[in-house]
Amino acid sequence: MSEKRPIISMGGRGPASGGARRTLPMPARYAINAVVVLVLLILGELMIDGGAINRYQSTVLEQVGIYIILAVSLNIATGYLGQLPLGHAGFMSMGAYGCSIFIIRVSEALGVGARDFVTGTPMALVVVVAGLIVGGLCAAVAGIIIGIPALRLKGDYLAIITLAFAEIIRVVMLNIDDVLGFELTGGAAGLTGIPGFSSFLLVFGCVAVVCFLIHTMMKSRHGRAILAIRDNEIAAEATGVNTTYYKTLAFVVSAFFAGVAGGLYAGCVGVLQPAVFGFMKSIEILVMVVLGGMGSMLGSAISATVLTILPEALRAFSEYRMIAYAVVLIIVMIFRPQGLLGSYDFSLSRIIERVMNRDFPWSKKDAAPAADVAEGKEVSADAER
Amino acid sequence: MPSDKKKHRPVLVQVETPNLIPERDLGTIPVLQAEHLGIDFGGLTAVDDFNIAMGRTEISGLIGPNGAGKTTIFNLLTNVYKPTRGTVLIDGYDTAGKSVAEVNRMGIARTFQNIRLFSKMTVEENVLVGFGNTMSTHLITDMLRLPGHWKQEAEFRERALGLLDIFDMRKYADTLAGNLPYGAQRRLEILRALATGPKVLLLDEPAAGMNPAETEELMENIQKIRDELQIAILLIEHDMSLVMGVCEVVGVLDYGKIIAKGTPEQIQNDPRVIEAYLGKQEVK
Amino acid sequence: MFITQVLNGLQLGSIYALVALGYTMVYGIILLLNFAHGDIIMVGAYVSWLVMAQLGLPPVLAIVLSVAACTLVGVLIDKVAYAPLRNAPRLSILITAIGVSYFLENGAQLVFGADAKVVPAYTDLTTIQLGGLSLSFPSVLTVLVTIAATVALTLVVQKTKLGKAMRAVSEDMGAARLMGINVNSTISFTFAVGSALAGIGAVLYAMAYTQANPTMGMMLGTKAFVAAVLGGIGSIPGAVVGGLMVGFAEVFVTAIGLSVWKDAVVFLLLIIVLVVRPTGIFGRTMSEKV
Repeated sequence: MSEKRPIISMGGRGPASGGARRTLPMPARYAINAVVVLVLLILGELMIDGGAINRYQSTVLEQVGIYIILAVSLNIATGYLGQLPLGHAGFMSMGAYGCSIFIIRVSEALGVGARDFVTGTPMALVVVVAGLIVGGLCAAVAGIIIGIPALRLKGDYLAIITLAFAEIIRVVMLNIDDVLGFELTGGAAGLTGIPGFSSFLLVFGCVAVVCFLIHTMMKSRHGRAILAIRDNEIAAEATGVNTTYYKTLAFVVSAFFAGVAGGLYAGCVGVLQPAVFGFMKSIEILVMVVLGGMGSMLGSAISATVLTILPEALRAFSEYRMIAYAVVLIIVMIFRPQGLLGSYDFSLSRIIERVMNRDFPWSKKDAAPAADVAEGKEVSADAER
Repeated sequence: MPSDKKKHRPVLVQVETPNLIPERDLGTIPVLQAEHLGIDFGGLTAVDDFNIAMGRTEISGLIGPNGAGKTTIFNLLTNVYKPTRGTVLIDGYDTAGKSVAEVNRMGIARTFQNIRLFSKMTVEENVLVGFGNTMSTHLITDMLRLPGHWKQEAEFRERALGLLDIFDMRKYADTLAGNLPYGAQRRLEILRALATGPKVLLLDEPAAGMNPAETEELMENIQKIRDELQIAILLIEHDMSLVMGVCEVVGVLDYGKIIAKGTPEQIQNDPRVIEAYLGKQEVK
Repeated sequence: MFITQVLNGLQLGSIYALVALGYTMVYGIILLLNFAHGDIIMVGAYVSWLVMAQLGLPPVLAIVLSVAACTLVGVLIDKVAYAPLRNAPRLSILITAIGVSYFLENGAQLVFGADAKVVPAYTDLTTIQLGGLSLSFPSVLTVLVTIAATVALTLVVQKTKLGKAMRAVSEDMGAARLMGINVNSTISFTFAVGSALAGIGAVLYAMAYTQANPTMGMMLGTKAFVAAVLGGIGSIPGAVVGGLMVGFAEVFVTAIGLSVWKDAVVFLLLIIVLVVRPTGIFGRTMSEKV
């Protein structure tokens, strides 16, 4: 019955092409990545302890990590879900305030002093982790509240409604104390007395965990449903994907991690003012994602790193740096509209597998072009290391 | 909606034209039944009084000139458009008020006239999206990579590859769907629809853009899918060789109304059909 | 008192409406949220300041030069930053627009400094008497100019050949090109008209608030953009109605003593309208063909 097959030559990768390819078993892949992450974390910590990285530089590094989390979390909604939220700073501020207020109140109640957070006693660590989760949950709730009306809208309307929501959050943070009659957010003067709990290890530990969780979510049936909506919403629905649920899910997860980043930001800066979480902050994060390449975790991480360090490095030329930034932005978009990395993502295991198979870019074997394209979009948790 | 009360329980409806259901399916609830289905866009009636009762393993065709409303009927059957009038029952259950995804879960899967694949996902992933509702791992299980995740992922990847074998597409498993040749894209759309485990498969011009050899192979495959999976298939097609070769019942649609219904032989000799396609012969 | 508030609402709303018209026209034709549009107003205000305060030239010249400068900057932005990206993903053009906005804001800061400049009064006339009522002249003028500009714009879009070309390009750019319409010059024309309206808005704004600063375009632009979306982006009457709604909402909230909440109220208004009418008040509903 099925003898007649159309003859289509694609050079596709089939079971028959070129013998068995040697692959790494899954546990090995995860173990390798975990070891690399651990080594890098310890190396960084040793450099800070040894004084190779000074206090100022390590603070900048913490900021880098925070922006990486913000960018990769926004990437869920833009790169993977294909929407354009312009209110990521709103979620960040929900997380920052939620986490800070929680930590301030709880540490008072438990008698954990500010010094304990710096030295990192077990009790303080528990409070911090709980605080970050609370921050994430605050942002996630905000994500649900705005997600339900926003996700009924298409494209630019969704963008503007998220922008509006973030601005509302900002105004609320600014004025809520007058309504409540007691001090909660500190208004325009800012929320002070936040213990400096953020450290290199905590921030980059969070970066690793967040990247891992996003990677594993995207490489599962839930992630596939989200990607399907991006690629073709009508077809996704007809294929049984509950689009409302998965859009909200992507939105809420994105908000949750932004909230965690907000919490870390609070612990890094020590003072929160609503003005910081304005529209420009949302744009700043969006620029990182688009510049890095939509849907590329590595791209987000690289551009978050560059765009955080560069302004610091150019402090001496502060008058010109924002103009330079604007010009670079325009030029990159004109000459590389898909972002620096497109949707390419880096995977350490893939490189190791290539070495195991002696399949180097310069050695021309019967490596299938189609297979390369397919691999190009693999997302990897170990992207930023 | 007149049918709000019978939302959750199968409704046995008298089949108007039982003679068109193949003998093997007689005596069972029609797997797909539409009654007086119609939709108006503004003041324009796009489809009116459409009725169908399909047997569980029937292959039927819907033909008609361009703009007759064939795709609109598919959109009505899958709730992409909400019908202005009439009811759709899948396996006796009313689809009124259900979302497109829910209707899919009730047992209808479809392909699209203008191909709608998840073009930046691999072929295998496209099929896996179709399996999404059969898979049951919790988000947390997947995110933390608990053993349940690996077990299920492996099982369904195997099933996806098995499905790809129907059209001999295993070799494309890791290719991006958007990079497939045209014919393979059409086949992948069918496989993705099958992955959702439908009772009825709706094919919107499956042979469009295919050469005669490919069309002939598609005909064999449509029959193979019906025979192996024991599902009903309703297809829209302009290629008469396919319609006449594979369909047991053919309906002809013109200006939103069914003007003829019958076996391929009956349709081929029906003057109304000839008129709809070629226009009325003028008598001098 | 009440009349004054209404007039204030009308005045603020009119300025928003003029700016919103620019957003709506550009969006209507190339589906771009032109983030730099608000900053064009800033350019206009600085030109007025430059001409009157620095060069000591008469106000009429300031008005003409402000509008001309805005028009020029608008067209230039399109040619340099947006035209090369006509076929790029829409998000890339959006980011470019943000880049242009940054560029204008920081450029102005570099050239003129971060502090606000005082724009001298265009006219000595501050109030006019109307049937025993003493009305603020800038307010009345703003309302009248906005009405005139909206009518003129509607006539241009509905009656002229260029207007017809604009509508054709916004319906279907490819088909318009095949019909022999010069798409690029039509888009330039759209930017020119939108920016000229922003220039008029700049003069009226400077007349009311007498100052220019580098970031003045940001909030003004955002509010005007909200107005355009509220009214239904792509629609001229929508932009006017949206502008007036935002203006009145702000004045009303301020009048009842809740001025710190006015931004929140405006944005909340937007969310409510969009939830009820997903494409704004006058917006057309678009559905994808399956």
